[in-house]
Amino acid sequence: MSVLEIKGLEVQVTTDDGPKDILRGVDLVVRAGETHALMGPNGSGKSTLAYAIAGHPKYHITGGTVTLDGQDVLAMSVDERARAGLFLAMQYPVEVPGVSVSNFLRTAITAIRGEAPNLRTWIKELKESMNALQIDQQFAERSVNEGFSGGERKRTEILQMELIKPSIAILDETDSGLDVDALRVVSEGINRVRATGETGVLLITHFTRILNYVKPDFVHVFFDGRIVRQGGPELADDIEANGYAQYTAV
Amino acid sequence: MTAVTEHEVSLVPATDHSPQIRSLDLADFPTLVGREEEWRFTPLARLRGLHTGEIGAQSPVVVTATSLGGATFIPNSPKDATRAGFTDRVATFAWTQIADVATLTIPKNTQVAETIQISIAGTNGVAFHQLDVNVEQFGEATVIINHSGSATFAGNLDINVADGGKLTIVSIQDWEIDAVHAGHHRVRLGRDATCKHIAVTLGGDVVRLLPSVDYDAPGGSAEFIGLYFAGAGQHAEHRLFVDHSQAHCRSNVVYKGALNGDGAHTVWIGDVLIRSNAIGTETYEINRNLVLSGGGRADSVPNLEIETGEIVGAGHASTTGRFDDEQLFYLESRGISADEARMLVLRGFFEDLLNQINVPEINDGVRTRIEERLAGLR
Repeated sequence: MSVLEIKGLEVQVTTDDGPKDILRGVDLVVRAGETHALMGPNGSGKSTLAYAIAGHPKYHITGGTVTLDGQDVLAMSVDERARAGLFLAMQYPVEVPGVSVSNFLRTAITAIRGEAPNLRTWIKELKESMNALQIDQQFAERSVNEGFSGGERKRTEILQMELIKPSIAILDETDSGLDVDALRVVSEGINRVRATGETGVLLITHFTRILNYVKPDFVHVFFDGRIVRQGGPELADDIEANGYAQYTAV
Repeated sequence: MTAVTEHEVSLVPATDHSPQIRSLDLADFPTLVGREEEWRFTPLARLRGLHTGEIGAQSPVVVTATSLGGATFIPNSPKDATRAGFTDRVATFAWTQIADVATLTIPKNTQVAETIQISIAGTNGVAFHQLDVNVEQFGEATVIINHSGSATFAGNLDINVADGGKLTIVSIQDWEIDAVHAGHHRVRLGRDATCKHIAVTLGGDVVRLLPSVDYDAPGGSAEFIGLYFAGAGQHAEHRLFVDHSQAHCRSNVVYKGALNGDGAHTVWIGDVLIRSNAIGTETYEINRNLVLSGGGRADSVPNLEIETGEIVGAGHASTTGRFDDEQLFYLESRGISADEARMLVLRGFFEDLLNQINVPEINDGVRTRIEERLAGLR
């Protein structure tokens, strides 16, 4: 069973006013089969954590370690991290004009699995996953995310997660901008992946709404670049009732 | 794409860009100094005298035409004196140097099923050539002209599509790296005639093409598609002139290019003139450039002059950018290697053009050649 271990992670970004500390020592362990909710107000650094783990070049690691099954994630390139089992569902998935969804997915799956999937089973697999997420089959031939609505983009992110079957999936505000129907479809997708017991999920969210559909095992409150409180699902209920202020008072 | 300032588009204020000189007599053209508007982007010193007349030893290109179907090809028709004058000094120089004219004729009411292939192969010398493609009334054909080998080549292409005719013509510049190619490609369209002109510029030291269209009657439709690559030190220049002088005609220009390496230079000029009588005109032009690496320079100048408001539509767009880091990160975060991600984005950049080209031979042979060049570029 895979385990992602984050220890004392410190991250900077470069701004016009010089380097700025965003993460100030994050400690977190996510195991396959577990679901962790990482909650926090805007600007607390939640997304930075997600992108830093995925290896986005904008974020500079200034301290701490990240390992996946003991392997040094921070020493890996972005694609190596993905092939090692990490997946990031992005908050704002980008458009890639001229690259069809099916071509993109086949290329990604080939890279992740180390060999091209059998064409016939692949088409069937893709079709079933798209149906489950209520994504029109025509989307397979459209350019990646081009002209997709917010909900369509998020569904496509979850589609990728279902096909890639990562050992650790980080979902960065996958719930943002979704209406209730889309939220349910997306949550069902996440729950299918959870049900395999082979994927650990780190669900980053601002609101507790998605936690009505995806029940976390652990809840972490994130503020000012670090985890300030940890607990079970009851912590989310408390945030819903009383807001973040009680955890973020300086 | 990310916009980058050093390659930003210069938008020239509307001025009359219709050519001032039209002549078959070289004496009508002043000596070039390089500061002329239409030459200011061109490295004259690398034209090997095509602009001054001080040229080296001549060695003619080898021209072959195959897969003619119902068309006829005559390599040495007599020169005529009634031809419309050229607007470019080098094109006129080429006219003065040739002894005869190659003509390809698609007869009246004839649909040529085959894709006609014309090969123009350089033989390491200075060469001049004039090719006329005449599509007679309601004739239809697809023609691929492939330029290869090495040469200092000034070649003109005059395309005449008569009433109701349809022509797709592809000019592939697949030269050796040391070739120089200057060419005026003039399209004339009769009533309801259609021409799709496709320029694919892959190789050569300097390539400077001037595709243009004149409409002789209403209802004409011209499409100009261009796909070009410039590697380190290469100069690829395409200057288009669309002269809407008739009512109810349309034009569509789509050019895309990629630059890779220091000294790569591409120039795209899109001059579109809608004259006062050209009511019902529909025109659009777009140029996109992707700077892959190094200190390449992409000059892109769309220029639309409109003398009547009674048109269907007119528009232009131009962008130049580098690889988008966010796109690459997104692809790489799905396990795709950096190299492969760049290749995907690059292929995606040209995908709509490749679809629009839609000539079977392009999709087979030429597409492979483009893919090879792309693979070398990433």
